[in-house]
Amino acid sequence: MSQEGLLRPGIIQLRVLDMDEAITHYRDRIGLDYVSTEEDGRVYLKAFDEFHRHSVVLREADSAGIDFFAFKADGQEAVDGFRKRIEDYGVAVEDVAAGEMPGTGKRIGFTIPSGHRIEIYADMELSETAPETHNPYIYKDEPRGMRAQRLDHCLLYGPNLPEVEKFFTEVLDFHIPERVDLPDGTLAIWMTVSNKAHDIAFVNHPEPGKLHHVAFFLEDWNDIGHAADVMTRYDISRDLGPTRHGITRGQTIYFFDPSGNRNEVFCGGYTAYKDHPTRIWDGNHVGRGIFYYERQLNDAFLSVVT
Amino acid sequence: MPDGSPFSVMHSIRIKGCETTIACAEGQKVLMAMEQKIHFPNPRPVRVGCRKGGCGACRVKVTKGAYTAEKSSHSHVTPEEAAEGYALACRITPLSDLEIEPAFLGPRRPTEKNE
Repeated sequence: MSQEGLLRPGIIQLRVLDMDEAITHYRDRIGLDYVSTEEDGRVYLKAFDEFHRHSVVLREADSAGIDFFAFKADGQEAVDGFRKRIEDYGVAVEDVAAGEMPGTGKRIGFTIPSGHRIEIYADMELSETAPETHNPYIYKDEPRGMRAQRLDHCLLYGPNLPEVEKFFTEVLDFHIPERVDLPDGTLAIWMTVSNKAHDIAFVNHPEPGKLHHVAFFLEDWNDIGHAADVMTRYDISRDLGPTRHGITRGQTIYFFDPSGNRNEVFCGGYTAYKDHPTRIWDGNHVGRGIFYYERQLNDAFLSVVT
Repeated sequence: MPDGSPFSVMHSIRIKGCETTIACAEGQKVLMAMEQKIHFPNPRPVRVGCRKGGCGACRVKVTKGAYTAEKSSHSHVTPEEAAEGYALACRITPLSDLEIEPAFLGPRRPTEKNE
């Protein structure tokens, strides 16, 4: 196998203010499948085209935001290897027992210099409603709502970007397809452990541990238009789009869940390989980098996070 | 949905530092009334963010008048602050004429467990 170690983003756990509203939003509007509600109140969902049990976990709390973002590894041996590298690097690693989430094996968790918790795990049950693998149809049931195919990536806001970059590239084997460098330091980095244009991205921000958005993958530009139709029909608060990102080249809409967490529907984007050079943007062109058609940032891009 | 139609009970909202008085229907959110009345190219006196009570961009202090507030993120308005009249404009609807002032804090609070 040529991709070893970490494979992809696997789980995001989000805090929401009202669980019923959140379920309506993520299940009926974005189109995720409801999987279960567990005794501690957490709600588990997955996109129709994902094979494993769940990818989105919702937890009701007094403030919105992200609890953690988890990457799936290609085996327990890889997880153990990362544990050693992370500890050798000087970052404390916490164990999460198998079964802490239903159908999910043991995980390791750690806090990165931006204040976010990242987790790594190897095992999760296949979903009972996983896509077919024997003479498959493209779906079992027609996708709902915005027809999200899978969890794609998240953009996190926090301090200490140089340290975050060093940790992800040196310890977790990510590479950097794209970045924004300002005269006084790096504003943002887009990193991937696969050959998607990004699996995770960071923007420099004084307050640690913040979520800018979580993105869901759609099939194409037509489905982005359909998602915009759904947003107007259900009075979903739209931030920007439909438009394109210059960075990653993905086509996109930013909008908000009922707790104020920003969501993105995303399609396209280039294919990133480890041997490709990093694309670099400067401060005079970052507007076109983020919003390719508008060619300027909106007021909310740098200030509105949960 | 209350939309500020002539049949709704209307209240006027004065925002400190803003010359425009905003008409807001009972049941309508103060932020949405402001968005309808004041828009590009005029600068908005209160920032617009998620419109869902989560991000804190539209944090204001109500200095006069009565209103009801829906649930919003405690990381932007603590229960103590809410008692002092702080609120997110996207979560409040007027019960009388209101006077408010912008109170956006920007990134400010240290990491917390958010329990």
